Amino acid sequence: MKSQNLVLRIFLGLYLAVFFGYLLGPLIIMGITAFNSPGFPRATPWECLTFEWFDVLANDKRIMNGLKNSLIVGSGTVVLSVALGLAGALMLTQIYPKLRATFYTVVIAPILIPGVVLGISTLVFWDRLNIMLGFSGDSFLHNGIFLTILGQSTFIASYCMLVFLARLQRYDTGLTEAALDLGATNVQAFRKILVPFLMPAIASAAVLAFLASFENYNTTTFTFGKYPTLTIELAQKVRYGINPSISALAFTIVVLTIFAAVVHEVSQRRKQLALANGAPISAVGGSFQLPGFLRGNPAAIVLLVLTVGAVATISFASTYSPEACKVDVREQKRELQKQQIEKIQQQRQQQKLDKALQGPNIFGPDKSKVAPAPGAAPQSPGKGAFGGVFAPGNLDKATPKPESKIESPGKGTFGNVFAPSNLGEPAPEAPK
Amino acid sequence: MSKGVGVNLQDVWIRFGEFVAVREANVDIEGGAFFSFLGPSGCGKTTILRSVSGFLEPSQGKVLIGGNDMAGIGPNKRPTALIFQNLALFPLMKVWENIAFSLEVQGVGTAARRKRADELLEMIALTGQGDKLPSELSGGQKQRVAIARALCAEPDVLLLDEPLSALDLKLRQHMRTELREIQQRVGITFIYITHDQGEALTMSDHVAVMKAGVIDQIADGQTIYDDPSTAFVASFVGENNVFRGKVKSIDGDSALISTNRSGDLISRIPAGAKGKLAVGDDAMMFIRPEALNIAGTKTPANNHITALVLNEEFEGQTFNVFLEGDGGKEMKMSLVNQGKARQSAKGSSLTLEYAADQAVALPAGELASE
Ligand SMILES: Nc1ncnc2c1ncn2[C@@H]1O[C@H](COP(=O)(O)OP(=O)(O)OP(=O)(O)O)[C@@H](O)[C@H]1O
Ligand SMILES: [Mg+2]
Repeated sequence: MKSQNLVLRIFLGLYLAVFFGYLLGPLIIMGITAFNSPGFPRATPWECLTFEWFDVLANDKRIMNGLKNSLIVGSGTVVLSVALGLAGALMLTQIYPKLRATFYTVVIAPILIPGVVLGISTLVFWDRLNIMLGFSGDSFLHNGIFLTILGQSTFIASYCMLVFLARLQRYDTGLTEAALDLGATNVQAFRKILVPFLMPAIASAAVLAFLASFENYNTTTFTFGKYPTLTIELAQKVRYGINPSISALAFTIVVLTIFAAVVHEVSQRRKQLALANGAPISAVGGSFQLPGFLRGNPAAIVLLVLTVGAVATISFASTYSPEACKVDVREQKRELQKQQIEKIQQQRQQQKLDKALQGPNIFGPDKSKVAPAPGAAPQSPGKGAFGGVFAPGNLDKATPKPESKIESPGKGTFGNVFAPSNLGEPAPEAPK
Repeated sequence: MSKGVGVNLQDVWIRFGEFVAVREANVDIEGGAFFSFLGPSGCGKTTILRSVSGFLEPSQGKVLIGGNDMAGIGPNKRPTALIFQNLALFPLMKVWENIAFSLEVQGVGTAARRKRADELLEMIALTGQGDKLPSELSGGQKQRVAIARALCAEPDVLLLDEPLSALDLKLRQHMRTELREIQQRVGITFIYITHDQGEALTMSDHVAVMKAGVIDQIADGQTIYDDPSTAFVASFVGENNVFRGKVKSIDGDSALISTNRSGDLISRIPAGAKGKLAVGDDAMMFIRPEALNIAGTKTPANNHITALVLNEEFEGQTFNVFLEGDGGKEMKMSLVNQGKARQSAKGSSLTLEYAADQAVALPAGELASE
C-alpha cells in the first residue's frame, strides 16, 4: 500500500513537473534570452548579463508605435465591447426574456466564427458602406484604428456579454423595482443600483476585452490599415529576423501580468482574512497596513518580494554596465576565431606540404605524415625551405587584421615560432 | 389619527395571457387603515399589490389612490412604498444609505440624508448601526431597515408583502406589534399581505380573504372569524369541523341541516350567506373546536353529536380532543384546561353539544386544503 502510494506520488510529481515545464518553460527561456547579450535570442551559451535589449526595445520606433496603436485600439475595444456586451446581457435577462434563446445564439455566433472571417467581413462591409455613402478613400470608415476596434469588438463584445450574463443571473430585479418604488428614475436605478452591482463584472470584462484585443492578430491583420498594432509589428519583425528586444518586450509583459495577478490576489486574500477574523465587511478595504495584512497572507509576501526584486533589478540595471564582460567575451571570441583560423591554416599547410612532399620526395608515405607536424609552425610565416610555395596572398586572405599586428613583433630567427599567439594555444599544435 | 389617503380597486382584473390572476376585485380601503389581504400561496395577493404600487397595470378596471386614477402613472410617481416579500435591501449600500435612498434620488445632500436616516434608525431601535451593511444585520433588523427605508420616502400608502414570513415565530410576534405601533404613530394607510391568518387577524382593521384570484370576503377580523361568508373562508381562517349535508328547513336566521353522517343539526346562517341558502340545497355546517363541549344530558337533540374519543393532546391552556363520529367522521374539540381534576376519556364514547348560534351554515363550496 505504502510503496504504491509513493509510486503514485512520484508519478504525480513528475507529471506536475512536466506539465508546468511545458506551460512555463518557454516563458522562462524567453525571459533569460532578454538578458543575454548575443544578437540573436539565445539562452544557452550564456555570455553577458545585459539590459541593453530593453534600451533597444525602447528605441525601436516600430515596436513603440505598434504598442501605442495597440493601446489605443485596446482602450477603444474595451469601451465599445463592454458597452455592447452590457447592453446585450441586459437585453437578454431583463427586457426580452422570451427571445432569449434566439438572441443568445445570434450574439454568441461571433465567438464561433473564425477571426479571419470577421476581419475580412469588417473590411468589406465598411468599404462597401464607404462607397455607398460616397466618402473618399481616406474617410474615417477606412481608418485602421476605427476598423480594428469595430472588427475586434464584434467577438470581444460577446465575451463581455457572457461575463455580464453570469453576474446578472444573480441579480435580483426586485432591487431595481425597489429603487423605482422609492422614487428613482430608470436612469437613477440603473446608475445607483445595477451598475454598482455589476462593477466587478465590468472590471473583469474590461480586462478580458483589453487582453483579447491586445493579443489579437487574425482579425487585426485585415483591418489595421496604416496603424499596425503590436502583434502585427511583431509578426512582421519575425519575418525579417529578430533580436532579443522582443524577448525584453515579452518579459516586461509577463512581469506586469504576474504583478497584476498578485496584486489582485493580495487584495482578495486580505478581504477574506479580514472576514475570517470577524471584521465587518464595511471595515475592509481601508488603508494599506503592511504588518497587519502580511500575517498569514502568502500572496502579500510574494508581492513584497516581487516589488523589492523589481526595484533592486532596476537600480542594479541603471548602474551596471556589461561593457567589461562584453570586452571579455569579444576577446574570447577572437581567440576562438583565431584558433579556428590557425586550424584552417594548419590544415592547408599540411595539404600543401603533402603535395610538395609527394612531388620530389621518394620516401614512403609514412614519413610524409610524421614529418610536417613539428615543422609546420615556423614554416608558415617565415619563407623557409619551400620558398614561395605559400603565396603571401593566400595567407592574407585567411588572416584577420588584428592578427597581423601581433605577428609583427614575433619576427625572430625562427620566424614566427614563438609568436605569443601561437604559444597561447598549445593544444591544437601538439602532434598526436 | 390623521385621515390618510384611501385606496380603491374598482372591478380590477389582472391576466397573464390566458391565466386570470385576479378576478373582479372591488376593494375600498379607508385612509389611515390597516388593511390585510389574506389567502393561500399563489392566490394573487402579490399581484394585487403590484398593481397598486404600479409595477403592473390591471388588464381591466381602475386603481385609485386618494381618489386619483393611477392608470399610466409609474411606480416612482405613485405615493406608495412597497416592502418586498424578500425585503430587497440594496446589498452594496450601508444601512443608512439604504434608508435615505429616497432622499438621495431627490438630490438631498449627504448631511441632511444622514440626519434623517439617524432619526429613522432611532425609531426602529437600531441607533448606531447605520454604517453596517445589510448583510451584517439579523433578519428582524433587516426587516426594520426595510420599513424605515419605505417610511423615509414618506408615502401615503405603505404596501407590505409578507414582510414577516422569513422570521421565526418569536420575532414575528414581536414585529407584529411593532408594525401595528408604527402604523398608529405615522397614521398612513398600510396594505398588508399575508398567508398567516393570525397576523391578519391581530393587526388589521379589515381583512380581505382571497382564493385563487377571487376576493371571498372583506370584513374586520372578528366578522371573518365568526361570520364567514363562504365555506372557503370558514375553513381557511381558524380551525373548523365541517359537516356536509342538505338544508332541511330554514327559520329566519337559523337552518336545520340534515348532515350526511351526524344526523340533523341546527345552525345559524351568517349575514354574508343570507338568501344564498334554500331548502334542499347542498350545505356545509361549521363548528369551531372551542364551540364544542361535553353535553350535560345524553338526550339526543339537534345540537348534540355522539363520538368516540380517539386521542387527547395537552396544549397548555387547552386540551385538544380528537374524536370519531358516526361513519368515521373526524372531529376536534378544544376544552379549556381547568387543572388536574379532568380525567382522560380516551376510548370512551361522548355526547357533544354546542350553542346553536356557534355553528354556521353556508352554501357548499371549495374548502381550504390546509
Ligand atoms: N409575471 C407573471 N406571469 C405569469 N403568471 C404570473 C406572473 N406573476 C404571477 N403569476 C401567477 O399569478 C398567480 C398569483 O401570483 P402571486 O404572486 O400574486 O401569488 P401570491 O398570492 O402573492 O402568493 P405567495 O403567497 O406565494 O406570495 C400565481 O399563480 C402565479 O403563477
Ligand atoms: Mg406573494
